[in-house]
Amino acid sequence: MNQIGFPILSLLTFLPLAGVAYLATLRGDEMAVAARARSGALITSLGVLALGIYLWMAFDPSQGGFQFVEALPWLSGLDVQYRMGVDGISLFLILLTAFLTPIAILSSWSITKRIRELMMAFLLLETMTIGMFCALDFVVFYIFFEAVLLPMYLIIGVWGGERRIYAAVKFFIFTLAGSLFMLLALVWLWRNAGTTDIVTLLHTPIAPQAQMWLFAAFLASFGVKAAVWPLHTWLPDAYGEAPIPGTIMLAAVLSKMGAYGFLRFAVPMLPQAAAAAEPLMFTLGVVAVIYISFVALAQTDMKRMIAYSSAAHMGIIIIGIFTFTVEGIEGALFQMLSHGLVIAGLFVCTGVLLSRGQTLTLSRLGGLATKMPAYAVFLMLFSLANAGLPGTSGFVGEILVIVGAMKVNFWVALLGAGGMVLGAAYMLMLLRAVLFDKLSRPELGALADLKPGEYAMLLPLAAMVLWLGIYPGSFTHMFDASVNAMVQAHIAALTPHTALAMVTK
Amino acid sequence: MNPMYLPLIPGLILGLGGMVLLLIGVLSKRDQTCTCTYGAVLALIVAAAFSLAAPDGMLFAGLLKTSLFTRFADTMVYLGAAAALLLSLDYNRREAMARFEFPVLVLFAVLGMIVMISAADLMSLYIGFELQSLTLYILAASARDSLRSTEAGLKYFVLGSLASGLLIYGISLVYGFAGTTNFISLAAILANGAGYGTIIGIVFVLVGLAFKVSAAPFHMWTPDVYEGSPTPVTALFGTAPKIATMALLFSVMLGPFGHLLAQWRMIIEVLSILSMALGALAAIGQKNIKRLLAYSSIGHMGYALMGLAAGTLAGTQATLVYLAIYLVMSFGAFACVIAMRRRGQAVETIADLAGLSTENPGFALALAIFMWAMAGIPPLSGFFGKLYVFSAAINAGLTTLAVVGVVTSVIGAFYYLRVIKVMYFDAGTPGFDKAAGSVRFVMFAGALVTCLFVFIPGPLITAADAAARALLG
Repeated sequence: MNQIGFPILSLLTFLPLAGVAYLATLRGDEMAVAARARSGALITSLGVLALGIYLWMAFDPSQGGFQFVEALPWLSGLDVQYRMGVDGISLFLILLTAFLTPIAILSSWSITKRIRELMMAFLLLETMTIGMFCALDFVVFYIFFEAVLLPMYLIIGVWGGERRIYAAVKFFIFTLAGSLFMLLALVWLWRNAGTTDIVTLLHTPIAPQAQMWLFAAFLASFGVKAAVWPLHTWLPDAYGEAPIPGTIMLAAVLSKMGAYGFLRFAVPMLPQAAAAAEPLMFTLGVVAVIYISFVALAQTDMKRMIAYSSAAHMGIIIIGIFTFTVEGIEGALFQMLSHGLVIAGLFVCTGVLLSRGQTLTLSRLGGLATKMPAYAVFLMLFSLANAGLPGTSGFVGEILVIVGAMKVNFWVALLGAGGMVLGAAYMLMLLRAVLFDKLSRPELGALADLKPGEYAMLLPLAAMVLWLGIYPGSFTHMFDASVNAMVQAHIAALTPHTALAMVTK
Repeated sequence: MNPMYLPLIPGLILGLGGMVLLLIGVLSKRDQTCTCTYGAVLALIVAAAFSLAAPDGMLFAGLLKTSLFTRFADTMVYLGAAAALLLSLDYNRREAMARFEFPVLVLFAVLGMIVMISAADLMSLYIGFELQSLTLYILAASARDSLRSTEAGLKYFVLGSLASGLLIYGISLVYGFAGTTNFISLAAILANGAGYGTIIGIVFVLVGLAFKVSAAPFHMWTPDVYEGSPTPVTALFGTAPKIATMALLFSVMLGPFGHLLAQWRMIIEVLSILSMALGALAAIGQKNIKRLLAYSSIGHMGYALMGLAAGTLAGTQATLVYLAIYLVMSFGAFACVIAMRRRGQAVETIADLAGLSTENPGFALALAIFMWAMAGIPPLSGFFGKLYVFSAAINAGLTTLAVVGVVTSVIGAFYYLRVIKVMYFDAGTPGFDKAAGSVRFVMFAGALVTCLFVFIPGPLITAADAAARALLG
């Protein structure tokens, strides 16, 4: 048992499942079931959030290793254990999931079709995602990683937009193809180390030639999930067609699963291959930042523009991870949190327009700032945070990544920073098209400003964005120890390697 | 009674039980289908209980052998046959083809299967094989007024006879060159290598058996027979005979022919790769759900053969786990197909499922669970089957096989997803009749086991491990 005497991680993971069981038992007429399903799901997810906050309080930031570790025998013949644990890297991703699920559930208020099933799908998604971030055994990790597909496929396919079926199938097949290669890599690692315990795997040396193959397999699976260019083509379809709450979970949480995979597996387990792949990953990251930003500039639809901006920011995260410096990795981690909050905020703002029956075509919007001032404030805040304005969360992550990249490669830093200018360009374009200009259609003048339910979603997000931006220390000091330990281990693994010169401070 | 004969009791129960039920059916004035069906299920349960309690040993001077391995496979066969009988009861009545011979034939088929599984001599192997095949031909044609069913029975009979011919020819070659049909003596003789004659004989034996597990390229009969046969019979074909034949393949190939692994491994690898590829590719264009499941079962046999290609303890365990999981998924899926019935008429196309998730969420969820499990998506049970066979293949150095398995899994996922897509995303009003209690029971129990396997995998895996040890020990 762990230091606080009860299995908090399993509780966090499986509490939403209890919510699913409760929702499944609801009986009665459709309206009543829908209302009780919404409140049941919201209460469950708030309970998870409360547990998550307790986890944060109880977490000991001075330790670099895993905490709250739980272990139970599971697949007996194979020596696979059910193992859970958190370190500084996974802690905030768990919190991010727990924080965004209630917001996603709130944002589904305008959906009326088959509410109970939708709520069950979201709670299942929360179980799978938190379980994945907590898993300390590779097989357990893989199961949660894959299982995310099931609820997400249904969320896109049942509640999505016009081309939902195409988007859902594409999302499923892309992700499945990637993860099955990870399964092969998993079996190989298992055979190599004789165990699937992640802590042991992290310290098992692997022959450099084999590392290259394993890295390719990891790239196939985590690259698809994190939508690394050119594996991102499922993303605009899935983000564009999913219902708003689904898009929030996809963009804010699920894309982090891929980045987390790189951080947890690809880099620490395969140090030589990761170092050798550094130029490749930098190239992919820079291409993502610049090319996808240009694609975003060309979009005519608000949701798709935000979707592409999300993919562009994943490029920054990838660059940060592969600098192998403390600044770069902390920046990437910080950017993961910041991006999760900001992109959720932007999609909630999109949802506000949708729920008022408005189109998302940019040319048919405009001038909303005078009619919806509160809305304009929030959209402005999230847009500027997305563009990396100092004082918001976006700035801290990006500057750390640029500093880390600068230590390793000047050009990567320059091009990455250049991409952020493009980010500012398309966000400002979006703001102008939605909030300023003149009213393109008279009916836009009749729109009402934010309702209490919408404040309930946007205020916490805005508060978090500002907290992360103004006092980042309360977050970074939680993962300092883990990231430092990781970078030290990476340097040690490469010791006679030439990359040493690049990664030392 | 001499404890030597305890392992014989299950076979006696099945044989004598079948005859008693036959007498009841013939002599009674009234229709005794229901009595006979429940009687047959009871006989299966009692036989299973005796089979589990039986000690290890040899019977009839080395003709039959019982061990943990045979008991494990027997149990799966009993379960499969019992589920098929439960499904048949309501289906046959609604199709106006309820006859008391049906359960009796199933009992005789099961008798043939357990003889196959326990065979320790090429002669007893062949007898069991034929008893099983002959009864299954009749079962395929049991809807005797239906053109499709008789065609299926005839097709199965013609192609199945060819397979039997190949098998007996192979056996005669092996006997001619090695001088014995007993497994233990064969193993001793072949330990020093084998001549071409014996090898050719083994290839024929392998082909005959591959026919029965419908491994590509010997699968041609499968889609037509699956489509044409009454659905409960299809459900039976998809599970019990395949499991029995697969168990037989293991006990023959790893027993008497085990020393020649290097010679026949390539054949199994090719069979496995072709089956997986065909199962994945040919199913994409199918509109009939029974044909889809036929191709899917070809693919599943390809995965199961991976464990045989590995030829190791872990491989045997993996295949046994795979088969047990497949049995449950397959029955669940067929229960769903049986429940597809509109205004008294069975419907079989995938498009008929459109809109099912709004009309009957429980049914749709169950079928979705089986489809996802067959596609091997965790946390459902099908994933663990794949995990075990892939890890066995990689540990035996068969990386190509594992990579092909991964690629075909992705392709296969596409058509399983299509079924889910039709149920959940497409609009429609299937308007299915309310399914019978027994069908819903099989569906519900199957879905529950498929979902919850992830929490309690231990018993099955330990049992499969012990069974594999008994075979190779």
